[in-house]
Amino acid sequence: MSDIRAFEQPGEAGFGDYVQLLKPRVMSLVVFTALVGLLVAPVTVHPVIAFSSILFVALGAGASGALNMWWDADIDAVMRRTKGRPVPAGKVEAGEALAVGLALSGLSVVMLGLAANWLAAGLLAFTIFFYAVVYSMWLKRSTPQNIVIGGAAGAFPPMVGWACATGSVSIESLLMFALIFMWTPPHFWALALFMKDDYSKAGVPMLTVTHGRKATRNHILAYTLLLAPVAVAAGFTSIGGPIYLTAAVLLNAWFIIGAWRIWRRDEAAAEADSYAVEKSVFRFSLYYLFLHFGAFLAEAALRPYGLGGW
Amino acid sequence: MAAFPPEHELHKRRLGRNVGVGVTLGLFIVLVFALTVVKVTRGDPMQAFDHKVRPEMATEEGQ
Repeated sequence: MSDIRAFEQPGEAGFGDYVQLLKPRVMSLVVFTALVGLLVAPVTVHPVIAFSSILFVALGAGASGALNMWWDADIDAVMRRTKGRPVPAGKVEAGEALAVGLALSGLSVVMLGLAANWLAAGLLAFTIFFYAVVYSMWLKRSTPQNIVIGGAAGAFPPMVGWACATGSVSIESLLMFALIFMWTPPHFWALALFMKDDYSKAGVPMLTVTHGRKATRNHILAYTLLLAPVAVAAGFTSIGGPIYLTAAVLLNAWFIIGAWRIWRRDEAAAEADSYAVEKSVFRFSLYYLFLHFGAFLAEAALRPYGLGGW
Repeated sequence: MAAFPPEHELHKRRLGRNVGVGVTLGLFIVLVFALTVVKVTRGDPMQAFDHKVRPEMATEEGQ
């Protein structure tokens, strides 16, 4: 009697492994920022169209995650943080990750074009291309500026959300883009300072490896100082208001203090307290982004009651 | 008559995967249907270029 056991593969993937291929944690950030971009736009979007648009943006982000896992399987297998991913863990074959990535890329872009508009779909297609090709295939292994330019891929979602609602690009959506774009380097470099073994083991040219840790500390402070005016400037546009501006001033002041504390430390001091400052700044940077976009949302939510906005 | 062999963990995983794909496709169909209903009831353009002149689709200059 023929039996399915004849084809048993211990590493055969379950549905959850394919979901993991889409990097659900990254997806949650994409969903949040794209949703804020869509909701703060001065155009009312039908709930079904808004829901579909965000879903397809999330799917596009997931697709680029799958393409990244296909391309980076060799270095993911070396790093402690990533070796449990479905491809290096042997649950999903690299070719399958490529197929899932390509199929979902096409599906998400076409469906977003049909659900919302083709500008939003074009921006989503460019985001996928930027993350999978420009960042993963080109920059990540060739330059320590990988994080800086690659950060653009994570910065596009609020712009896509805004384009879904308005069909255009404006100063507000560009500032939301700039906020994430400028936030990404200090966020990741703070992580790289206390995850040093992983990146150097994989041969990824992180700034900490190529230019040293002192240079990384300088860069964190420089980018945090450049980020502050961008974040505060957004408060003076149509999506800003007193709530956002207050939050932006306080959060940026706190972030600059954190970056300054990282800058004035040396390795001996950092190792003495197990990178406590670097870890706390990294954690704070997550709240920083969440609270900025939360404040945009608060302004938009209170506007109908005459409270939000200028 | 031989008894059925006990169900292997692999079968459960395959069932989970098949159910997952099925449910996802079902939800996708529901979503496309909902989008269609919304677009039709809002009066979005129902016609597109299909290699034939469609005078009713032409927009007047200045519009």
